[in-house]
Amino acid sequence: MASVEMKNIVKRYGDGFPAVTDVSMDVADGEFMILVGPSGCGKSTLLRMVVGLEDITSGDMIIGGRRMNDLAPRERNLSMVFQNYALYPHLSVFENIAFPLRLRKAPEEEVQRKVREAADVLELHEHLDRKPANLSGGQRQRVAMGRAIVREADAFLFDEPLSNLDAKLRGQMRTEIARLQRRLGITTIYVTHDQTEAMTLGDRVCVLRKGVIQQVASPRELYEQPVNLFVAGFIGSPPMNFLPARLRGGTLATPFGDVVMDAKRAAGIGDRDLVLVGIRPEFFEDASLVDEAKKAYGSTFTAQVDVTEWLGDAQFAYIPYDAPEEVAAQLKELSRELDSDQLRTQAIVSIDSSSRIREGHEAEFWLDARKIHVFDPATGENLTRDSEAGAELTRLAEEDRAEQISEARASGMTVEG
Amino acid sequence: MSTKERNWWIVAGVLIIVYALFPIAWIVSLSFKAPADIANGQFLPTVFTWQNYSQILTGDAASLFLPALRNSFGICLIATFLACILAMFAAYAIARLNFRGKKLILSTALAVAIFPVISIVTPLFNLWRLIGLYDTWLGLIIPYLSLTLPLSIWTMSAFFREIPWEMEQAAQVDGATSWQAFRKVIVPLAAPGVFTTAILAFFLAWNDFVYGISLTSTNAARPVPAALGLFSGASQFEDPTGATAGAAVVVTIPVIILVLIFQRRIVSGLTNGAVKG
Repeated sequence: MASVEMKNIVKRYGDGFPAVTDVSMDVADGEFMILVGPSGCGKSTLLRMVVGLEDITSGDMIIGGRRMNDLAPRERNLSMVFQNYALYPHLSVFENIAFPLRLRKAPEEEVQRKVREAADVLELHEHLDRKPANLSGGQRQRVAMGRAIVREADAFLFDEPLSNLDAKLRGQMRTEIARLQRRLGITTIYVTHDQTEAMTLGDRVCVLRKGVIQQVASPRELYEQPVNLFVAGFIGSPPMNFLPARLRGGTLATPFGDVVMDAKRAAGIGDRDLVLVGIRPEFFEDASLVDEAKKAYGSTFTAQVDVTEWLGDAQFAYIPYDAPEEVAAQLKELSRELDSDQLRTQAIVSIDSSSRIREGHEAEFWLDARKIHVFDPATGENLTRDSEAGAELTRLAEEDRAEQISEARASGMTVEG
Repeated sequence: MSTKERNWWIVAGVLIIVYALFPIAWIVSLSFKAPADIANGQFLPTVFTWQNYSQILTGDAASLFLPALRNSFGICLIATFLACILAMFAAYAIARLNFRGKKLILSTALAVAIFPVISIVTPLFNLWRLIGLYDTWLGLIIPYLSLTLPLSIWTMSAFFREIPWEMEQAAQVDGATSWQAFRKVIVPLAAPGVFTTAILAFFLAWNDFVYGISLTSTNAARPVPAALGLFSGASQFEDPTGATAGAAVVVTIPVIILVLIFQRRIVSGLTNGAVKG
């Protein structure tokens, strides 16, 4: 058990490429921290610096109160699950899990007991004598986790552990990892590029972009109070829509009609002329299905529907719009950076699955104006962010976590040590 | 593949096997012929005889052949063993580390491998006599290393490159020192490569004739290929063809046994299951 503190961590490669720039972050004891970002954002590099596989150019890496910068991986007492599992093919599953114990010459009785315990937790009992080559992807993943948990390490590190599994198994393993972490109450740092994993697993999520921290917050705060365009666009699926708008005395003129802003949030926009309005797909609705009482909180507009996708429990409609030249380039750059190559400027709206809106027809939509955010198109900054409300969300999440951990520890389910 | 096409492949395969094995069959057949029978103009001996074998194993050629056999085994095994150990470290460094002069080491190894043996054997002969290595085991082991080491480094570094680096990192995170990671993870994974290299290196040393004949003069260190050249017939008018053929068969047998033993260790796909994809 230990906390992980990073102070002004910088990683610069030999050719001068800055992989990680001035990252400072605290991971509390027992916390599940997610590092997330598109490929090449430096999240794996950061994790490898924590474990010691990558040198730290400058800054302090403090684990459990000790500065670890110059210690070899084996002296840091951390365990890591690799993206490719990295199982030892010449050893049986039992010996793979026992490997860390054998290295520190643990007595045979202890090795037997701990490996059996880990196998119990991960349901690997009938596979203990097999070789990794004969296991399925999910089983290999569990063996890799077994090797990590027998160690009684100070922290778990995961490097995109689920990206090689198929979608269904990924969902199962995700739940499994969450359950295991809660049960063991061990500090965990988990790297992923998948925002679903980030949202579902993490107590807190750290969003990285080009080696720079954008925001560290609970999933709810990231979703509801993102600090900038990048975080807003990265978190959420389908992603947030960004509509160009011009401020005309308290109302925003968007391609989908005028949206009235309350005074407090309008004040944040100041005297900017052109802004980007961030609207989540679920803030839209088929106007014919909205209560009259609710309608007043937003505005209605009609638009041509390009495509609809009916999924049973939800329905998405795609509405193209024209963006002015100045922001079109900005939006294109953003979508490229988020690894999603959006070809045309279109809004994705989520409507009730019972809606009879049809493709290629005009339809009337309702837009909930209460939770929309306004961004500065040049800097990407969120002009309407309520940092107090955001901090409150993260505080609540932290309370939940503290409660879960103390419950887990009280019920004695954690591994001893 | 159609039946017709497959038949063609079978015919072609059989032809190639016959072509390749014919000289060996001939040697075997020769080794069973009595001296008078050797020029009988037919493939098989008219009378099968063990005479040649008894001559080299217990007869008058035994004093030449048996010590040579012992020398060959000892020298080649030691040279192979040393080459494998040294090449393992060298190949690991070449595959894993980025250091200055890496290319230089590889190209030097290649240059040594293609350097003609005959051109250095004379200076070596003089040098060895000067420093007392002439006609000793060590005097052959050192030049044999120059034959086997470059080849071993090249083949083994190819094998080491195939091993995912993550395996070693995982071991280090699990608490292994670099040496433990190398010994407990990398070496077992590289075992097929090590055995392949060992076989190749052993053949290379086993087959050497030039060093063997030039750097030795007595039974103290003379290897088999050199000894075969020194066989003499029963009289000066008689070629020792039968005895030479018998000895050739005898020295081929250990090589075949060696391959059969190690072949089981050269299993491809040992790294299966280590990593995904």
